[in-house]
Amino acid sequence: MAEQQLFKVTIDNITIEVPSGTTILNAARKIGGDVAPPAMCYYSKLQGSGGKCRTCLVEVSKGSEKDPRPMPKLVASCRTTVMDGMEVKNITSPKVLDARAGVVEFLLLNHPLDCPICDQAGECHLQDLSYDHGKEGTRYEFQRRTFKKHDIGPYIQLHMTRCILCYRCVYVADQLTNKREHGILDRGDHSEIATMIEKSLENDFIGNVIDVCPVGALTDRTFRFKNRVWFLKPMDAHRNCPTCSGKVTLWNRGDEVFRVTARKDEWGEVESLEDGKPAWICNTCRFDKKHTNDWVIEGPRMINRQSVISAGHYQGNVGLNKPTEIFEAVHSGRHPKVMLDIHSVSEVNKPDIELSLIEGPAHSTDFNSNKD
Amino acid sequence: MSQKLLLDKAHVEGIRTYDVYRREGGYRAVEKAIKMGPEAIVEEVKKSGLRGRGGAGFPAGMKWSFIAKPEGVPRHLVCNADESEPGTFKDRYLMEFLPHLLIEGLIVSSFALGSNATYIYIRGEYAWIVDILEHAIEEARAHNFVGKNILGSGFDCEIYVHRGAGAYICGEETALIESLEGKRGNPRIKPPFPAIQGVWLRPTVVNNVETLAAVVPIINMGGEEYAKIGVGKSTGTKLMSACGNINKPGVYEIDMTISVEEFIYSDEYCGGIPNGKRLKACIPGGSSVPILPANLLLKTAKGETRYMNYESLSDGGFATGSMMGSGGFIVLDEDQCVVKNTYTFARFYRHESCGQCSPCREGTGWMEKLLLRLENGAGKLSDIDLLWDIQRKIEGNTICPLGDAAAWPVAAAIRHFRDEFEWHVFHPDEAVKRNYGLAHYADAIHVPATV
Repeated sequence: MAEQQLFKVTIDNITIEVPSGTTILNAARKIGGDVAPPAMCYYSKLQGSGGKCRTCLVEVSKGSEKDPRPMPKLVASCRTTVMDGMEVKNITSPKVLDARAGVVEFLLLNHPLDCPICDQAGECHLQDLSYDHGKEGTRYEFQRRTFKKHDIGPYIQLHMTRCILCYRCVYVADQLTNKREHGILDRGDHSEIATMIEKSLENDFIGNVIDVCPVGALTDRTFRFKNRVWFLKPMDAHRNCPTCSGKVTLWNRGDEVFRVTARKDEWGEVESLEDGKPAWICNTCRFDKKHTNDWVIEGPRMINRQSVISAGHYQGNVGLNKPTEIFEAVHSGRHPKVMLDIHSVSEVNKPDIELSLIEGPAHSTDFNSNKD
Repeated sequence: MSQKLLLDKAHVEGIRTYDVYRREGGYRAVEKAIKMGPEAIVEEVKKSGLRGRGGAGFPAGMKWSFIAKPEGVPRHLVCNADESEPGTFKDRYLMEFLPHLLIEGLIVSSFALGSNATYIYIRGEYAWIVDILEHAIEEARAHNFVGKNILGSGFDCEIYVHRGAGAYICGEETALIESLEGKRGNPRIKPPFPAIQGVWLRPTVVNNVETLAAVVPIINMGGEEYAKIGVGKSTGTKLMSACGNINKPGVYEIDMTISVEEFIYSDEYCGGIPNGKRLKACIPGGSSVPILPANLLLKTAKGETRYMNYESLSDGGFATGSMMGSGGFIVLDEDQCVVKNTYTFARFYRHESCGQCSPCREGTGWMEKLLLRLENGAGKLSDIDLLWDIQRKIEGNTICPLGDAAAWPVAAAIRHFRDEFEWHVFHPDEAVKRNYGLAHYADAIHVPATV
């Protein structure tokens, strides 16, 4: 086999050599840091993904060595391959930053911003994106689009209001399962992820849609409202699984396993195994094996230091000892039952009040009127 | 009376049938083309300077020469009859009254491109035209112009009519291809272009109905002769579908040398504006091209007369010009409200956005809501700037041109009619009751003398 051709590409004045056929985004990820454009819909392990969210737009200021003309429009870096001698501007181009701020605003336009009650909070790509590239405040003064919540199957809940239509879950179903049972219905701003007529998703590998979802639209019903991710300790573990690789991350509090996910790399994507295949995990590993006895624990999972998940330190033998409960001490002997099972106890967070259906920010009157 | 190439036989009794069409000299182009051979046909079309009539105006001959020709992979020609642009209805007229002209053009083009299976992707709303086309195809088959071994040349060509399900986005060529494959009509990300990987990943050419019909006169009279009609790079004749506040709405064939003023006011074409009203604005090429006020429509910013051709209509770029587009000529008289018109278009684009990429999915709905608020007199002055900012962030940042098409009308309306928008903000009560009127939109523009 002939030696693969290496292309020289300059991104934000940093030059790197990558094999031909690499996309600009992947070249930028090799450099890493702020140079890598954010990606909401692109998922390197899913074929055909990308190009939809437009957050990864970059400016190509020089097409290639042969044809140095700049590209007339901003291009989606996740779907544009590099050329030899290409010069790309990402964070050094005001045009890109402006367009990206616009895209973030568009993505948040109909997003309910219910992060305080969303399971994805703390590991949400949209949260990170809006902190990094968004503007504070919105200029949108109209009612947001809402959908009803759907339980699609015993394990997955679809909260369409939060969805940004990245199509990742559609690709997962296409590429990991024999038959895709959900897709996009309708078009435009009322298009939604849906099963045709209230079917459930039951394939062995369908749980992976939860991992690929960049926002909290597809959540794990076995973990729903159980805990916040930053109170949990991620731990690498494995087991002998007949259907999948069995290499997972356990999310523990003490020795209690709250949830099981695939191992994710720094870009929020599923890690690759030694043979280069992505380590998708099966439903059994994800939903049924919630005991430390089921797993061989390898050690703590490395999490990005910037992530809020890294903020939750606790002392002692990590993963085996439950953290010292300090609530009683703090509350001078009382034991208020609001912190963890807030939904069954609190008057405020009545599950029958749908926050996303309330126009504008929720107010105490919204709850009062519901009481009687 | 200008020369007509496409519609010259349109009024012959029974031209819809094969017998009359053939008697009037139809299908000569097929006979001639088969003797010429594929390369010569492409060469003739290139020489003719024929530009795509679907909106973008890309040279058709060039598009044909881009098609990849890998060994053993079938190629396809797709006729884009998904004419859904508000204001455009020229293809409907062509297919309804001269179906054989399209079929003749399709056979010649299929022969030139080597397509053995050719598709007509027609919008679902044109239900009755499907029957007309299929009947015409059967007639042509009976006379060995469609099917196996056409006229003994050994070339097989099958023409299929495929109905869309009513989506504007399926007029975009890659969305059309997806829809033709039976998938959701989402535009593909380019590259690869359809000329390399189109229908079922085979090389494909997608052309508008009028473009393919225009191949017939090109073959009949020769590319060079065709190029003599018209001016500059706007060769041949163009169908314009005129509508709005004019005396004679309808489809007209023009040879691109007439002025805009002549087109609107002469009796041969639109016949002027009814009830003695004055011209306020015009959208010269279908809903997605920028709207122009009367003064900029009739004269360019340099004070020259504006003509009905690709170059002259786009003279001045988007700052003071517009586009030929797909030829949907919409005329607004002094009683029309530009804000309401812009809102109507914004509503259309919100409804037709496929929802694949975020700027278009979210931005079109936002613009619609803001425009509705302005139209109803509930708007704020900052809404106008906000609209400008939204359209700027949609334009050029989307996968397909629908985002641009949604942004341009809003941009142009604010650019040229800002005082009408402001009037809606400052006089909310009046804005609900009456329209802004002609104002100064027909006043002559001061042209500074060139130094």
